[in-house]
Amino acid sequence: MKVSLEVNGAARAVDVDPWRRLLDVLREDLRLTGTKEGCGEGECGACTVLLDGAPVNACLVAAGQCHGRKVTTVEGLAGHADGGAVLHEVQAALLACGGAQCGICTPGIAVCASWIVDAEPIGADAGARARVRELLAGNICRCTGYQLIVDAVVEAAQARRAGEGEP
Amino acid sequence: MQPLPPLAWSAPTTIDEVVAALAEGVPGEVRLHAGGTDLVPNLKRGVTSARRLIGLGRVAELQELVDGPADALGVGAAVTLDDLGRDPRVVARWPAVAEAARQVASPQLRRMATLGGNLCLDTRCRFYDQSAFWRGALGGCLKADGDACHVVPTGRKCVAACCADTPAPLIAAGAELELASVRGPRRVHVADFFAGDGARNHTLAPDELLVRVWLPAPAPGTRAGYQRLRRRGAIDFPLLTVAATVVVERDVVRAVTVVVGALGAVPRRLRGLDALAVGRPLDAAVRAAIAAAATRQCHPLDNLGDAAWRQAVVAPLVRRTLEALEPATAPDAASLR
Ligand SMILES: Cc1cc2nc3c(=O)[nH]c(=O)nc-3n(C[C@H](O)[C@H](O)[C@H](O)COP(=O)(O)OP(=O)(O)OC[C@H]3O[C@@H](n4cnc5c(N)ncnc54)[C@H](O)[C@@H]3O)c2cc1C
Ligand code: SF4
Ligand code: FES
Ligand code: FES
Repeated sequence: MKVSLEVNGAARAVDVDPWRRLLDVLREDLRLTGTKEGCGEGECGACTVLLDGAPVNACLVAAGQCHGRKVTTVEGLAGHADGGAVLHEVQAALLACGGAQCGICTPGIAVCASWIVDAEPIGADAGARARVRELLAGNICRCTGYQLIVDAVVEAAQARRAGEGEP
Repeated sequence: MQPLPPLAWSAPTTIDEVVAALAEGVPGEVRLHAGGTDLVPNLKRGVTSARRLIGLGRVAELQELVDGPADALGVGAAVTLDDLGRDPRVVARWPAVAEAARQVASPQLRRMATLGGNLCLDTRCRFYDQSAFWRGALGGCLKADGDACHVVPTGRKCVAACCADTPAPLIAAGAELELASVRGPRRVHVADFFAGDGARNHTLAPDELLVRVWLPAPAPGTRAGYQRLRRRGAIDFPLLTVAATVVVERDVVRAVTVVVGALGAVPRRLRGLDALAVGRPLDAAVRAAIAAAATRQCHPLDNLGDAAWRQAVVAPLVRRTLEALEPATAPDAASLR
């Protein structure tokens, strides 16, 4: 089956079995190996990508379901300015806060966190950390204990508000 | 990581095309593919088999919420649990259904998982939800490839549990299902949709499609709630679910329904509650009496493990549900929100 989709802003077409996993289309057919496989069964979130802007587990999505849709992977988070790459707020914050250790969960966390910062209002109030934890509940990390990841997402949300001129 | 078996896949765009494709297929070989969040892991473990899948993602009618007669709301079977849990009409008028949808799995899975898939979810059992190799070492069981049950060794029927979140609150809300096949449409109450055999716990014919879930308008004075027990705060399937609908008029109970799920194949509607609650205020004594009735009527099995813990939690979970009921507001009040 010919599947046309937009990946990180670029139109792509693959000719694959409609039942091939989106995860394999990305990693093997499109050589975008940033997206990781942990469990392959929807339990860990390492394979999180955005499908039409919403986070999904790429290990459970079939290629046939992606025809005509937009996919964002960790490779698509950074932007470009002045001829160089500019990290997404969540990538910069994960670096600054030390929110990664072995790194296997990190691409999924970064993609999910980018959606949180874009789509969910995370304020500077006392409930912000709890809200981030709820929204990141589908991403398992065996190393960090989550504190520094939550720090990073709260900081990225703050950076986003500051960038938009809000206090 | 286990590979998926080879599968043919099609993506029709109308309900008629879906039911025609189902009718042409060989039962057991053709299956519907909604969000795939139950189907894909089950296919990998050989818990389910299929050769042809029919994707529901392009059937527009199945993705819509439609207003029906008498202020009912029709929820398309392929509406995602995320959309269901956020829909302002559902949140205001069927708060227990919205809450159940928001409790499922993880943010990612709720954006893929559909209401229809949740109702048709395969039953779960810790002896069965394993790889074919693992199951084979036990010699199979009544659900497939064997003649004994490892949960109830003397039993004749599989007691694998219905572990979906939405059935209990849908039953408590009096919801009905609209089904379609080449033989025509039919409607069935959610309570009658389920059947007491874990090997096949619903009455959907192999050629039938679940089209819509109809939520009837709540009676004035209705309050509803949903609580569930799980090992971790997210991702895990429920080990118990409790849904309640109580109609209160001038401070006394007019009607009460409590449904407990994740026990066996069928969500259990508690019996004899009218005598305990109707005509009285829903005070601590009445809540305790209903919780005690739940303990007497519900007996968690070893199908999901932790049977003693689950038994001990039945009463507190029922009590907590009755303490935290939310008003199910009339449609005009909902539109003012
Ligand atoms: C890690 C993990 C955690 C989970 N946790 C929970 C949880 O906490 N609570 C919970 O309830 N579920 C949980 N689930 C299960 C699942 O995600 C949900 O139940 C979901 O709602 C299933 O919907 P789906 O659209 O993905 O179904 P699918 O996987 O597409 O289908 C499931 C079954 O329903 C049939 N079906 C689907 N749509 C229709 C239709 N319209 N008509 C007839 N038959 C149909 C399919 O043929 C299949 O047999 C979890 C799953 C995973 C992987
Ligand atoms: S309840 Fe018994 S028969 Fe059913 S799946 Fe479990 S072990 Fe098998
Ligand atoms: S690899 Fe997809 S959720 Fe674990
Ligand atoms: S950094 Fe190792 S799993 Fe998260």
